[in-house]
Order: sequence, then C-alpha cells, then structure tokens
Amino acid sequence: MVDNELRDELSKQGVVLTSLAELYNWGRKNSLWPLQFGLACCAIEMIAASMSRFDIARFGAEVFRPSPRQADLMIVAGTVTKKMAPQVVRLYNQMPSPKYVIAMGACAISGGPFKQGYNVLKGIDRYIPVDVHIAGCPPRPEALLEGLMLLQKKIAGQRLTVGGGQPPQDAGELPVPSYGEHDLVPSKNTELWQPPVLAPSE
Amino acid sequence: MPPLEQIKTLLENAVPGARLEIIANGSPSGQLSLLIDREHGLAVAEVLREEADLSFDYASNVTGVDWPEKIIKEKVKVKKTVEGVEKEVEEVLERKTPAYLEAVYHLYSIALRHGPLVIRLRTQNRSDQVTLPSLTPIWRSCELQEREVFDLFGIHFEGHPDLRRLLMWEEFTDFPMRKDYLEPDDYEYEPTPHDDVLEKARRHQAAEAKP
Amino acid sequence: MTAPDVMERIEPVPSAEPLEKPIQPRWTLSRPKKPAATHDFLEVSMGPHHPSTHGVFRMDVVLDGETVVKLKPVFGYLHRNHEKIAENTSYLGSIPYTDRLDYICSMTNNWAYVLSVEKLAGLAVPERAEYIRIIAGELTRLFNHTCLAGFLLQDMGALGTPMMYAFREREKILDLFESLTGARMMCNYLRFGGCRCDLPPGWIERAQRVVQDYGPFLDEFEALLTGNEILHARTKKVGVLPAALAVNAGVTGPMLRASGVNYDIRKVDKYGLYERFPFRVPLGAHGDVFDRYMMRILEARESLGILRQALSEIPAGPVIDPKAKLRNLRPKAGEAYGRIEAPKGELGFYLISDGGPRPYRYRVRPPSLINLTILEDMCVGHTIADAVVILGSVDIVLGEVDR
Repeated sequence: MVDNELRDELSKQGVVLTSLAELYNWGRKNSLWPLQFGLACCAIEMIAASMSRFDIARFGAEVFRPSPRQADLMIVAGTVTKKMAPQVVRLYNQMPSPKYVIAMGACAISGGPFKQGYNVLKGIDRYIPVDVHIAGCPPRPEALLEGLMLLQKKIAGQRLTVGGGQPPQDAGELPVPSYGEHDLVPSKNTELWQPPVLAPSE
Repeated sequence: MPPLEQIKTLLENAVPGARLEIIANGSPSGQLSLLIDREHGLAVAEVLREEADLSFDYASNVTGVDWPEKIIKEKVKVKKTVEGVEKEVEEVLERKTPAYLEAVYHLYSIALRHGPLVIRLRTQNRSDQVTLPSLTPIWRSCELQEREVFDLFGIHFEGHPDLRRLLMWEEFTDFPMRKDYLEPDDYEYEPTPHDDVLEKARRHQAAEAKP
Repeated sequence: MTAPDVMERIEPVPSAEPLEKPIQPRWTLSRPKKPAATHDFLEVSMGPHHPSTHGVFRMDVVLDGETVVKLKPVFGYLHRNHEKIAENTSYLGSIPYTDRLDYICSMTNNWAYVLSVEKLAGLAVPERAEYIRIIAGELTRLFNHTCLAGFLLQDMGALGTPMMYAFREREKILDLFESLTGARMMCNYLRFGGCRCDLPPGWIERAQRVVQDYGPFLDEFEALLTGNEILHARTKKVGVLPAALAVNAGVTGPMLRASGVNYDIRKVDKYGLYERFPFRVPLGAHGDVFDRYMMRILEARESLGILRQALSEIPAGPVIDPKAKLRNLRPKAGEAYGRIEAPKGELGFYLISDGGPRPYRYRVRPPSLINLTILEDMCVGHTIADAVVILGSVDIVLGEVDR
C-alpha cells in the first residue's frame, strides 16, 4: 500500500492514487438516498435535519425518495407498531441492495417509552438488520447527522470482494410477518435477532 | 346550562318510560353524570339534541370504561345467638359490585354555548350481553369513537353504520383496554430490567434454557 | 400584502356573545349515490407509507378514472397504547407521554392534561404560571399553523420551499423552548398547579424579538402564497364542509371556524387567563381548503397580538406552589373532563380516579381523529390530487389520531 505522504505529494501534482473499492465506496457513501420513512415524532426531527439549519444536503442525502425502489438508506424514525411492522419489512424487501438501515430514536431501537404497549414492536431489529442505532427521544438533528457519518465510515470500510462486508440478507427476501390473533406471527425473526442471555446474578 | 335535576325531569317527561339516574362525582370538578337505560338511549339523545333549551348539538367525547366485578368486604354488626346468648358479633359480609362495560358521552352545545353534559350507558354484563344503542344517527362524531370503543372494549353498538375495528388489525381477537387483558409476551430482552419486567424477562430465559 | 376580501370576514371584538339565531343542525346523509354498474373502478390503497408527511395514515380509495367514489380511512398504524400505559403510570409520569401525542405541539398537549388533573384534584394555578402557559401555547400555535401552511404547499407540489421558510422560523421558537425547558420538541414543562421552572433571565427579551420578527415574516410568507394563482386554483371550492355537518360531526378548531361556526374554546370556556386578551376569531365564509389555509394565517396573526400583550404584562411571582404534591398525587375518587383549544382543535382529557396513585381510566379526546370523520364526505367527487390537498388541510398528526 502507498503511504499517505506520498499520496498527498502526488495529489498536489494532480495525480490521484486510489483503489477501486475506495473510489466506489466514496461515491456510494456521499450520495446515500434515504427513503422518506418517518413514522412518528422522530420524523419531525428528520425533517428538521433536512431543513436549512441542519442541512443534510451537505452529506449528499438530500433527495428523500418516496419509492423504496430508488432508495438505499431506510431511516426508521419513530415507533414501529405491530400493525405497521409487515409494511416495514415489505418496504425493506423492495429496496435494492446494497441497502442500509438506521434505527433512529429509542422506539425503533427497542420500543422506547412505549415498551409496555401491546401494539408496539419492541425494536425494528427483530425483523430487519440494522446498521446504525441512534439513541435519543427524539435525537437532535445533529445526532442524526452523526449517525449518518458513522454509517458513511462503515460504508467506506466495506470491501467489494464477495464475502467481505456484504450484508447477510442478500440471499433473498426477508419473511414478512402476518397478523395473528393476539400478536404478530412470528413475533421475531430468529435468524436475525437473538435475545441476549441475562447474567445469572441479575 | 340548566341544572341536572331540571334536565332529568325534562327528559323523563319527554320520553315516557325512560329510567334516568344522576351519578355523583367525588372530585371537585362538579361534573355530574346522567345514567340512561339502554332501551331509551336513542330517544333521550334525540330529545337532548332537539329541545330548544338544551340544544346539545355537539358530542365531544365518547369513552368506554371497564368496570369488572369487585368484591367489597364490609364489617357489619349482626345479632347472633352464640351458645344460647344473644350477642352482637362482627361479621365480614362480602358484596359483589355488578360487572359491566360503560360508554360515557360528553355533550356540549355550540348554539347555546353551554356544557358539558355527561351521559352514561351501561351494558348488562361483561361477557355475553354487551350491546348498547349507537348514538351515531344523532351525532355523527360518535361514528369513529364508537368504533374505537368496540375495538378496545368489545361493546357492540346496535345501529352503527359501519362497526369494525379501528385501531387494531381485523384478525385481532382480544379487547385490549379491558382490565383482564393478557399482553403478548415479548419481553425477552430488556436493557435495564427491573421489577416485574425483570420477572417477565427471566421467565423467557427459563423457558429457553430448557432443552 | 394580505388579500383584501378576507379582512371583511373577521368579526369585530368582542366576539363572545351568543348567536342570535342558534344553529339548528341536522345530520344529512351525504354519502355518494350508487355508481352505475358499467363503470370500471380502481381500488387504491394510499399509504400507510406515502410521500405526504402526515405520517402512517392509510386511505382505501375507490376511483372512477381520477374521481374519488369512495374513501375509507384506516387507522392504527401508530397506535402506541398511550391510554393503557397511563393506567399503569402515575399522574406525573404521564406528562412526558402527552408530549408525544401531537408531537409537533407538545406544550398544548401538556396544558390540556394538566388542566384536567387540576380540575380533578381541585388545584389552583398562580398568575405568572398562567401567563407562561399562554405564551408557550400561543408560540406553539404560531409555528404549528405556519408549518401546516408549509406541509400543505408541499403536498401541492411546492417541493419544500415554503416548508423551509416555516421551519426556519420554527427553529427560532424551538431555541426559546430549549432554553426554557431543556428540550426542543418534547418539552415536559407544565406541572399540576403551575410550571416546572421559572423563565431564565433574558428569555422575555428574546421572545419579544422573535415575536417582533414574526410579523414581517408572515407578510413575506403571505406575499408568496396568498395571492398565488396556483394555490387559488387548487384550493378554492375544494373540499367544502357545510357548517351543519361540521357541528354534527364533531369537527373543532380552525376547520370548524373555516366553515363559519364561531366556536373557539378560548372564548367559550375562558380557561387560563384568556379573558384578559382581546383577540378576534376569524371565520371563513365558504368552508373550502383555501378558507382553512387563510384561517391558520389569520389565527397566527391574532396569536402575535396575544403574545405581545402577554410578554409585556407578565407579572412577577411564583410559578408553582412549592408545597404542591406532584409525585404521589392521589386525587379523590371521581372524574373530570378538561379541554383546551389546541392548534388542531379541541384536545380533551377525561380522567377517572379511584383514589389511587394511578388513573383508573385515562382517555384522550383526539381532535385529529374526529376531524377525519367527514373526510370521505369532503373528498367524494373530487379528483385524487384534491384528496391529498384536503387531507393536508385537515391538519392531522398521527400520534394524536392513533395515540
């Protein structure tokens, strides 16, 4: 690998030295197109992040696409209820890969303040894989931008070769839960999410 | 707004056979309510809307309340013969309060700028006789709210144009706002478990630990 | 620049006298006639995920070409069980949950709940706290109405520019709220019997500056929008709501007043200290989408007047009784229904107490849900593009519709 000093010298002369993966990821991470997917209160902070004060456009993520077929980032902003969960999974299935998910806000991470609710899904990572979790209720727009930058760092580190950094769901579509009599059926996708084991002393 | 007793007499005269009762209110809000029997609910509601002095043209809020059976233990002094001697003995009497579901309506008058009038309708019991007359033909604002009461409590409103679940999905079978609703058990993971939530999470660990 | 013919519709002060001719509403069956059997209908499900920023709301529309024949709204995609959770939470612990009902206007949600508990428990509120509540409530109404104009224009295709202006002003007010309460959106500020804490030093001057700048901003906003011929073409005579149907269907708030019914809870119930503020109640003449849009702009201007007066008159004093019982509040067994004029309509809380620390029954009367009762009536016969505009003018927030 060429060290950075040599690279800087060369770039001053007008010669840019890079690898294909770096170039490809640089293009991808600076032009993430989010899916316009605001569910609840966090959606308003997401909208505020795209407005003139906190400008998400400078990160390249200005075009919020209404259609999942044209988006590559799904920001799940707000509480996911059990009634809405099948729709979320269907939308995720419709996005072309490589696709990323940011769980914004406490509700999308684990049910949040509404965790005791019978209709509240206790975290969207029960059904779809999540790349970045942003804590907060609601997280400030700056926190969303920080989460976006974290995702950009993650994308920059992804390799192009097969088996390196590719998300696991490329094998096919995720199963969509259906409405049961008392709860969603199945209540979680066991391939994606296993509850951690409580320490015996707790 | 005319006082509640006056409204009660007016309604009793207008709808013969209606059984009305004034329910007291312990809080300082002073909002007493009128209990109307099921058979004359629709007729009384129509009088409330049409009568010139009352003119309750706006139904603001429709709520369901679940009153399950409660066992009240009272200590009563009873005269009993104990070993041949008449004595006053303290006995504990158990009394069961009736179990019912209730629909509460808050009515206001936009024309005469008064309100609120609180009316209540009660079902027979909580299990099989859970029908009440729907007041949607009188006040259209009850349409969505009665659907919600049906969804969450299970009160069946007769005469409602479109009685389906509002908030939960169609295949759902329980009535979640009832006091005896059992939540689905999905507390497998709790980041900061405490009290009863910790118990629920532990139950899952025990169940999954079994081979 | 304001449209001159609208000013005639404003009622002169005072506007709290009872109407000479009381309205006799009749509920008229306004469902569409059965369509001819030869027509070919298209059934579309608009939502729950659609570009209109109102949240997860679904409408099942049956279309004849582009005309709406039938429209059935489907709710529940954001049903977060607020009422059930409140039965297991203390009275004080429910205040943060009320923030999340109508998540754009958290101060007015707090106020409605706190008013109901004060009615239930018989608590009094000091004067300074009432003034602060009025200031916070009217600031909320200001940015809610402006943001609604932004959202409505975005639904019409003005892809975000009015919203940018509206959110720019909203940020200034959110800065005020953040220095007062610690949070931008979920303020959690009001308590039973007053407010959580007093105003920080310099807050009143900053608020006065924001209010001062807001008048010219509204003028600039209106100069771009109110005379705009595209707005006129898309909103005049669209989604007409007759007054009698509005009253019977329980519609409240700016939607009711746009249909010509003079009913503002601030004038009727006289809660808080609103009696001291002479403000006008604008009324619409046609009840269409344009009237509802103008209603919000005119109410925002009236709110500016209230704010100027409140900020200059606010008295000194405590904001809450130091001995007020907040944590272990156990109101006597009984019930109370308290309501306020929230920016969306009549927001009411019905509480039944059984003497314990948690409410026995906690009910939110959601203005957005009940304003949607007549959505089908307003949309039938219009095109599907009009249906989006009509929904935008109803001003719903799904957190309140589904709770």
